[in-house]
Amino acid sequence: MTALLNVSDLRAYYGQVQALHGLSFSLNEGSLTTLLGANGAGKTTTLRAICNMVRSTGGIEFDGKPLGNRSTENVVRLGIAHVPQGRGTFTTMTVEENLQLGAITRSDKTAIVSDIERMYAHFPVLKQRYTQQAGTLSGGEQQMLAVARALMLRPRLMLLDEPSFGLAPLIVRDLFKILGKINREDKVTILVVEQNAQLALELADQAYVIETGRIVMSGKADEIANNEDVRKSYLGY
Amino acid sequence: MELFTNQVLAGIATGAIYACMALAVVMIYQAIDHLNFAQGEMAMFSTFISWQLMQWGIPYWGAFVLTLAISFAAGILIERLLFKPLAKAPILTNVAGFIALYAIINSVAGLIWDFTIKQYPSPFGSSPFLGSQLISTHQAGMIGITVLLLILLYLFFQFTRVGLAMRAAASVPESARLVGINTSWMIALGWGMAAAIGSIAGMMIAPVVFLEPNMMLGVLIYGFAAAVLGGLTSPFGAVIGGFLVGIFENLVGTYIPGVGNELKLPIALALIITVLVVKPAGLFGRSIVKRV
Repeated sequence: MTALLNVSDLRAYYGQVQALHGLSFSLNEGSLTTLLGANGAGKTTTLRAICNMVRSTGGIEFDGKPLGNRSTENVVRLGIAHVPQGRGTFTTMTVEENLQLGAITRSDKTAIVSDIERMYAHFPVLKQRYTQQAGTLSGGEQQMLAVARALMLRPRLMLLDEPSFGLAPLIVRDLFKILGKINREDKVTILVVEQNAQLALELADQAYVIETGRIVMSGKADEIANNEDVRKSYLGY
Repeated sequence: MELFTNQVLAGIATGAIYACMALAVVMIYQAIDHLNFAQGEMAMFSTFISWQLMQWGIPYWGAFVLTLAISFAAGILIERLLFKPLAKAPILTNVAGFIALYAIINSVAGLIWDFTIKQYPSPFGSSPFLGSQLISTHQAGMIGITVLLLILLYLFFQFTRVGLAMRAAASVPESARLVGINTSWMIALGWGMAAAIGSIAGMMIAPVVFLEPNMMLGVLIYGFAAAVLGGLTSPFGAVIGGFLVGIFENLVGTYIPGVGNELKLPIALALIITVLVVKPAGLFGRSIVKRV
């Protein structure tokens, strides 16, 4: 399998503070990978560095092309959709406008309309509320909207930052089921950052464990889930 | 009663101009969170450009359209050259930038066209509108142009992709970038549109206040009052605020003894302060509904 995303020796900085210390990993095309770690380990920073939202050095290659100094919007235009922490909802706009914004870089009008219908099929609750102001949706609904908005890009790679945050366990299960389906059926490569390690490892096929800005463990998700030492020292369950 | 109707209609007419200025101010405020103190001077300079074009023999509406285009381009240029580099600078740096821009435009206009007042033509004439003594054709024209502008802007923001992208960039810039919107250019576009809207206000008010480099000072203060009254976060509110300020100004000037023309401007300032103290979000500056 070829690597869709290749990250090597990634170092990221917030002002003078270094948050990532030479991170390397790669994502295979079509894979569903999870990046695990405690609070402050650098998971979010890793995603932000891929989209050039934080100052970083090192190599990031997408589909063989270096991302270099591309601006965030130009990284996105390559087909990398990022569902940020906190969901990034356009709260003052309607649900449908949020979905249209997800496809704002596309010009294939009829396909956009059918994609919106596809999102409503994935997430029926969004269809019920399509004229509603997105800020009035519940946390779970907003998370679904954020995922749907990202999919409207027709991305090749989707980055998700703690999609389970603040959601009821049942809703998280639903959401993860849909993510698995999107990965299998739409062939979208997914990288999901999670604190809920148990659930993420059930969903993913590959896993990386990150601690204080370094990768400390990598492998197949089920192997990591079954390795008691890893679980105890890094995942805390 | 006729005096009252007359004053209200005249207030709506000048209110239309305040509405345009307020709209221009709000567009830039939405994009960069700063009040553009130079908005009035930009409008004044645009009006001089249109006057100059007419002096060179271009007919009114030709000059009008050309001025819109020039102002739009100049607005973008000002953003790219001056305010894009200041995007991450502290508030006071930006304020200094606006004041500098104000002084520069004012002086350059004085240098090129000097400070003597000039007659400025109205495309609508100044005869009574539909034979009525209540309102002149120019006043009716001002209202008509403003309403037309508002409808066009509404259609633009509600039904075009660029309009949608601009709204997104103004409301959540980071998310806008994450769906692939070039937010920096959306800000520049906002500046261009604000400059063009301001130029309409300038060209419409010039036949009333006469053309000279300081003509927009009072108008801009009323525009600020309108924007604050309506709510700086609401373009719709800014427009309503504009009309309300126009009517209020006229009625106070007419009915409260001793105010007259001289004390009208302090009324606008008093209005700004009152709104900021009593209802800081303004009449229509809705607090955003958020559930977490």
